[in-house]
Amino acid sequence: MRRIPALLTAALLTATLAACGGGDPLNTASGPETTSGQAIVVGSQQYYSNELIAELYAQALEADGYQVNRQYQIGPREISMPELASGAIDLMPEYSGNLLQYLDPSFVATTPDEILLALDDALPTGLRRLDAAEATDQDSYTVTRATAEKYELTSIGDLARLTQPVSIGASSEFATRPYGISGLQGVYGVEGVLTPIEDSGSALTVKALLDGTVQVADIYTASPAIVANDLVSLDDPESLILPQNIVAIASDKVDQKAAATINEVTGQLTMAELIALNRESVESQLPSAAIATTWLTEKGLI
Amino acid sequence: MNYFVEAFAWIADPAHRTGPDGIWTRLGQHLAYTLIATGAAALIGIPLGYWIGHTGRGKGLIVGATGAARALPTLGVLTLIALFTGVGVGAPLAALSVLALPSVLAGAYAGLEAIPAPTIDAARAQGMSEWQLLSRVEIPLGLPHLIGGLRSATLQVVATATLVAYVGGGGLGRFLFLGLKTQDYPQMLAASFLAVALAIAGEICFAVLARIAGRRHHALSNR
Repeated sequence: MRRIPALLTAALLTATLAACGGGDPLNTASGPETTSGQAIVVGSQQYYSNELIAELYAQALEADGYQVNRQYQIGPREISMPELASGAIDLMPEYSGNLLQYLDPSFVATTPDEILLALDDALPTGLRRLDAAEATDQDSYTVTRATAEKYELTSIGDLARLTQPVSIGASSEFATRPYGISGLQGVYGVEGVLTPIEDSGSALTVKALLDGTVQVADIYTASPAIVANDLVSLDDPESLILPQNIVAIASDKVDQKAAATINEVTGQLTMAELIALNRESVESQLPSAAIATTWLTEKGLI
Repeated sequence: MNYFVEAFAWIADPAHRTGPDGIWTRLGQHLAYTLIATGAAALIGIPLGYWIGHTGRGKGLIVGATGAARALPTLGVLTLIALFTGVGVGAPLAALSVLALPSVLAGAYAGLEAIPAPTIDAARAQGMSEWQLLSRVEIPLGLPHLIGGLRSATLQVVATATLVAYVGGGGLGRFLFLGLKTQDYPQMLAASFLAVALAIAGEICFAVLARIAGRRHHALSNR
């Protein structure tokens, strides 16, 4: 009779797993088209900070009387852009440089304004960009305060003072991207060797940097970890890294009045504000809706 | 269809074969991680499974616990461990061992459990000590189940060892993550094919082992 607990466990697990199998998870993204009618569908990437910005848009629109349908945490750009182009999503926060690189890989633009102008041409018909925020969320070459002081580092080129090659913790794409290992060598003459860590500059990458497993880490500039751990992001005078200003991409369903509302939100989204929002999200673990409501109320936007 | 052709072309390209970032290196790393993780799970799981199977103690607890352990998301376990140990191969190997343990443990204990009670009684009646009973009767008779457990553990680990690359350890996952982030889907598919090939090779090894054990099992039963 000792087998009974085992059988029960097995039965329970089977039941649980069977429950997970129902329904096609891919269907949810395209579902609202038929059900929402005139609602503006707000999407976000699979990135907490992006979802938070999307929630700012959503609540600002709702305060204006628009109906909003939220479709957050949509995979990478390869999935979200076709959804935008097809009209399944109407509004989504994006990052200027990476979006341009996705839409037009051949374009060589380096300043934020050049990128925005190029975006206007590169976006598919039916989509337009709204105002770009001052806030950027872009890759950075970041070191600890101790390393920065020891080698007197202020800009990326100063990394030449470290023993070569410099070990860098970043996602695997850093090996092939223009702003990664090859660009570092070509633009600044610094030799780098990559330790691939796939959590997009989050906790594990920060830990590797603090442990000294890597000397430099690629951490997004809007990450609250930079302030929290007193890290130093090195200057990039040669514009190796593409600027990534937050910019809303909108379909025709987003009318003039709605666009003006989004632009008001964007106008308040400075670098410091974005870091504060991200920090609130990481530290308080509150849902993005609560953080967005607080912020929008403070700014008098809702 | 095109991706399939491109993926095979990617594997066939000699430039992708050698070097520190080549297929052979990554395949070797992948195999090594699989062997280490499954080996570690075997070191813990086999003695524990035999102890439970032989004494009958703690069965409900262990079976429940390993059932629950199977539901642990390996990426979560890996991240949790890596937050303490830092990046490198340590955390993924520990997480993969956790993944392999339930199958090995179940195989070891189920093999002993499946032996008919009269066989055990007969062995005892012949005056066998507990140790002789375990080593001469229970372990040989339970071998097919144990091999089955090791087989499914290895299969799971081969498929999941791609996660080692999540924290910089290399293996076939390196190609997967790089392909994912740079939209190089042929490379991703090629990495998947290689992992599948490794899994099939492992299955063949275990199928052969199982046959040999099965034959011995037969011989023992008919003695």
